[in-house]
Amino acid sequence: MAQSAPFDPDIARDVIAGLKHLPGATLPILHALQDRFGYVDAAAVPLIADALNLSRAEIHGVISFYHDFRDAPAGAHVIKLCRAEACQSMGCRDLQRHAEARLGVAMGGTRADRRATLEPVYCLGNCALSPAVMIDGELHGRVNAARFDELIDGLPAFRSGVRR
Amino acid sequence: MSVRVFVPIDAAALSVGAERVAQAVAREAGARGIAIELVRNGSRGLFWLEPLVEVETPAGRIAYGPVAAADVAGLFDADFLAGGAHSLALGPTEEIDFLKRQERLTFARCGIVDPLSLDDYRAHGGWKGLETALGLTGAEIVEQVTQSGLRGRGGAGFPTGIKWRTVLQAPADQKYVVCNADEGDSGTFADRMLMEGDPYALIEGMAIAGVAVGATQGFVYIRSEYPHAFKTFSAAIERATAAGLIGAAVMGRGPAFHLEARLGAGAYICGEETSLLESLEGKRGLVRFKPPLPAIEGLFGKPTIVNNLVSLATVPVIFEKGWQYYRDFGMGRSRGTLPIQLAGNVKRGGLVERAFGITLRELIEDYGQGTASGRPFRAVQVGGPLGAYFPEALLNTPLDYEAFTAAKGMVGHGGVVVFDDRVDLAEQARFAMEFCAVESCGKCTPCRIGSTRGKEVIERIIAGQDRAKNLVLLDDLCTLMLDGSLCALGGLTPYPVLSALQHFPDDFDRPAAAPPARAAE
Repeated sequence: MAQSAPFDPDIARDVIAGLKHLPGATLPILHALQDRFGYVDAAAVPLIADALNLSRAEIHGVISFYHDFRDAPAGAHVIKLCRAEACQSMGCRDLQRHAEARLGVAMGGTRADRRATLEPVYCLGNCALSPAVMIDGELHGRVNAARFDELIDGLPAFRSGVRR
Repeated sequence: MSVRVFVPIDAAALSVGAERVAQAVAREAGARGIAIELVRNGSRGLFWLEPLVEVETPAGRIAYGPVAAADVAGLFDADFLAGGAHSLALGPTEEIDFLKRQERLTFARCGIVDPLSLDDYRAHGGWKGLETALGLTGAEIVEQVTQSGLRGRGGAGFPTGIKWRTVLQAPADQKYVVCNADEGDSGTFADRMLMEGDPYALIEGMAIAGVAVGATQGFVYIRSEYPHAFKTFSAAIERATAAGLIGAAVMGRGPAFHLEARLGAGAYICGEETSLLESLEGKRGLVRFKPPLPAIEGLFGKPTIVNNLVSLATVPVIFEKGWQYYRDFGMGRSRGTLPIQLAGNVKRGGLVERAFGITLRELIEDYGQGTASGRPFRAVQVGGPLGAYFPEALLNTPLDYEAFTAAKGMVGHGGVVVFDDRVDLAEQARFAMEFCAVESCGKCTPCRIGSTRGKEVIERIIAGQDRAKNLVLLDDLCTLMLDGSLCALGGLTPYPVLSALQHFPDDFDRPAAAPPARAAE
């Protein structure tokens, strides 16, 4: 489960200072910030730009180019469902419909109660055990509708009686 | 001496419960007071048998699979530690037909060794190639790679030795070796398996490349969809550096070679070499114009070897066993072996490393045993999302760069995705354009706009609007994308589209489907 601290510019500055010496430091910094806070806060953009002697536009451009980086926090659990060909051959289009219905959110969206974000991914490298799903960084193979429900029911934010 | 029990720590094995099995094995052994040595190996690549548990016996390693945590107590009851009979017993691992009939050179150690054990790596032939290379001049190393016939395993099939020679001959104060581990093609997992199962092979291959061309810094660009591989590979770099195998002096006596793993950020285009370099430099992954080639002006403007992971991980065996040994595998101008990844709707999916020349039919029918669903085979896509869809009639095509080019397809990174008779090739063609639109870097118009227009045109064809006219339009658009795109993404997206049209025309000529009920939302 994503355990993220609220954004704090002082911590962000420390994170940036620890990595800015790397050649091509932008992606390592963005990953580190997102690991720490769950997303890259807009307030971090000028901090990164200053540290790397780049423009804010350049940093914003990098953030917006890559699918990984978020500008707002995700739900408590991030569920990535593979939409690529190997998973298609094993029924991921049906699984997507099921997942959207089960979670009550369309692909790419976050539930209103913020318990989960459902995202598309194009290949998780588990193509001999399709369909594949990654939940909070953990890979699952041969996921049918029943298995998907089991996985969701096992998540802390979805355990019966627990409301966040 | 305690018995060695192997439970894979490969991400695919974990995805079907290997961690719970490993815990159950440890718990059960403890409860019974039996001393075992639990080894977390990589995967053998027999994924339909995962989690595949192996036991080391005097008669060799005996396999059991697929094992669920609930089976573990029963395995102990059946004395599996001595290779006892059990309904999940598969006999000696090496005798399993899927594995026995392979020619594993690049993947020789994967699934056998403890991935992070330097002792294991050395005991299985590790570092011998690098030792040999350290006794050669850069030009000699490059010549032997050229003679081996090794070609880029990422898709383009460019001769590796020629690329290296260009970097060797480029004068510069700094050169780089970059490994492309942005394995984004659907149906492929060889890079992931190797990083998780035999990471030192890649480190050794990159060190040889560095020694050959005078590059003192290497980067491995690993896609973020592979957090597990990133973790294992980063740990391998740390250990190899701490042991003095790379770092200030290769093997303690050679030139410097520092290595760093970098994480991608979910952009398929970063598997394109110049986009990858931009990303490593901390920028948007926009494709660069070529020339200049990365071999002349690559990372940070310096001469750079950019090779696919499988190419680099194959280099050690070329120096361990000799370039002649490697070259003697294969057919025509495709020398050596190809780690083929058999995936999708197939009964027995996994890694099949064979010399070039094996046919699709042998792969799918013999190794794969047909579809997982048990339904009739209908199509196979080879080479990832930019690869062509082939029908049954083309299954005798051998896996060979030239044979695939002749059939208007490509071997790519060796991914083979099988589909049963429920596949709709018009929908697959539509998806190819959609994927290109999602992943286009946006630099060139044929790819950026063409993919979106292509998706729309195919949607009109599927809906039955002016079908004849729109088919002409689609053909014209595909020609434009093929000829006018800056890189392979826009330039190859027409492959799946045109092959679907050519081999499965009926799918584009169905009565227009009723609008889906959800359309009203």
